[in-house]
Amino acid sequence: MSQFTATPRNHRQHRRQSVVKAIFLLMTVLLIVPVLLILTFLIVKGAPVLSFEFLFAMPENGMTAGGILPALVGTVWLVTVALLASVPVGVAAAIYLSEYAPDNWLTRAINLAIINLAGVPSIVHALFGVGAFVLFFKFGTSILAASLTLAIMTLPVVIVSTLEALRSVPQAFREACWNMGATRWQTIRKVVLPNSVSGILTGVILEVSRTAGETAPIMFTGAAFFLPFLPQGVLDQTMALSLHLFVISTQVPGVPEGFPYGVALVLISLVLLMNAISIGFRTWLRGRKKW
Amino acid sequence: MVAATTAKVLLRGLSVSYHGKPALRDVSLEIGEHEIFGIIGPAGSGKTSLLRALNRMDSFVSGMRVAGDIILDGRNLRDWRNLYALRRRIGVVFPLPVGLPLSVYDNVAFAPRLRGVRRRAALDEIVERCLRRAALWDEVKDRLKSLGSLLSGGQQQRLTIARALSQAPDLLLLDEFSIAVDPVTTMRIEDVLKELKHEVTIVLVTNLVQQARRLADRTAFLLSGELVEVGDTEDLFAGRVEDERTRDYLEGRFG
Repeated sequence: MSQFTATPRNHRQHRRQSVVKAIFLLMTVLLIVPVLLILTFLIVKGAPVLSFEFLFAMPENGMTAGGILPALVGTVWLVTVALLASVPVGVAAAIYLSEYAPDNWLTRAINLAIINLAGVPSIVHALFGVGAFVLFFKFGTSILAASLTLAIMTLPVVIVSTLEALRSVPQAFREACWNMGATRWQTIRKVVLPNSVSGILTGVILEVSRTAGETAPIMFTGAAFFLPFLPQGVLDQTMALSLHLFVISTQVPGVPEGFPYGVALVLISLVLLMNAISIGFRTWLRGRKKW
Repeated sequence: MVAATTAKVLLRGLSVSYHGKPALRDVSLEIGEHEIFGIIGPAGSGKTSLLRALNRMDSFVSGMRVAGDIILDGRNLRDWRNLYALRRRIGVVFPLPVGLPLSVYDNVAFAPRLRGVRRRAALDEIVERCLRRAALWDEVKDRLKSLGSLLSGGQQQRLTIARALSQAPDLLLLDEFSIAVDPVTTMRIEDVLKELKHEVTIVLVTNLVQQARRLADRTAFLLSGELVEVGDTEDLFAGRVEDERTRDYLEGRFG
């Protein structure tokens, strides 16, 4: 027998390898199935109610007719203000932790605190938001209070993903800059940040998705059951898609069957749209920077 | 024979440790103005730690501690408040090439810009001169705008050298610069170093004993973090050594 002929042992290994691969493939398919089912279900049930009027008209007859404009606008408000609050703070904190902080017990404690913050249930964030923003800072139930609550809740996501993005920039780049006499800030601005922007954006994408869908943190802090007008500023209350979905599904009798599915479809499309914009922007950035 | 007339760098009892683990112990030596000072020794002998100490990298590398005195141009490095200004005077080339993810032009213009050169014509002149000196100009002159990090390994190493030269350093530290460069290019760079010697003081750390022989005026031999001996390169290679271990290393009997 030549040394290249397969032995029974080779056959066994080959079989085992096929089985393992099949299991992994199965798990991947199992993962996709619910996503596809949800999307199909929503499109089939929700698409018929979608119309220009559904998107851009005010609700009527106790939300059993008309459109969802205030909720749509409200969600955009909440997400935007939350991003404006959490991205600068989160990115700055991550830059400090990754580029400046000495490696000591305090830094490690802060890192641990951030990870734990990510594990706090959203209803707890909601109660914190009521205590801190609605009552203590006297913002009242408003977009500002709700967005800040969302911002605090999503801050760990931003920090952790930014940290990962910053750490993916090879240390050798930093040392090369320092060796030429660049300060830490010059190094960050000219080499580290330009090469981690795409990773940082990934964190922002995740945050958008989570922020748009959250219900509990905004319920007590700024989102209203029903409002007959659009918010005029950050101190107004607002409706939101996520809460609206909950309300018309469970709290209001006589809502047409397609309505909740339509709202869910709009919410998911909004998130997908924002993600698509960020991903497009990220791809464009990646095309420009490479090592 | 080039003897050290004026001391450019004076090390007194220099020790380096990382997280308490010693890498270099009690090294004292003198590096003369405008000489090429070779440092040889097997892996782990503390060569790189010595260079890092010269560049005050201990303030950036966590866990790195430096004891003893380093005197540059008669001034103790401890007294330098502005480490950035110090590093701008010291060019460093490390063994693995690092092309910054910027254009070739911006790689070389980085240091001049840091020290405030803004005029386009002046930058163009510096970039061309440094790339020529690093024997890279002919290969990249038509693609100065493309990314430095996409050059080949050997080209990136020459880019790193061009970058070090763009600092107009008066002390140039080379840590096994030829490890990722082909022999022909190595020779070209060695020729450049011989010319540069008249303007800058060069500290050359190398694993290649023959490279030290070709370039260095004086050579120090380090072994497990200790300085075994320093001498004129010619004397060491002619066998006029004070320590038998130096002879053994130079003749390739260990290391």
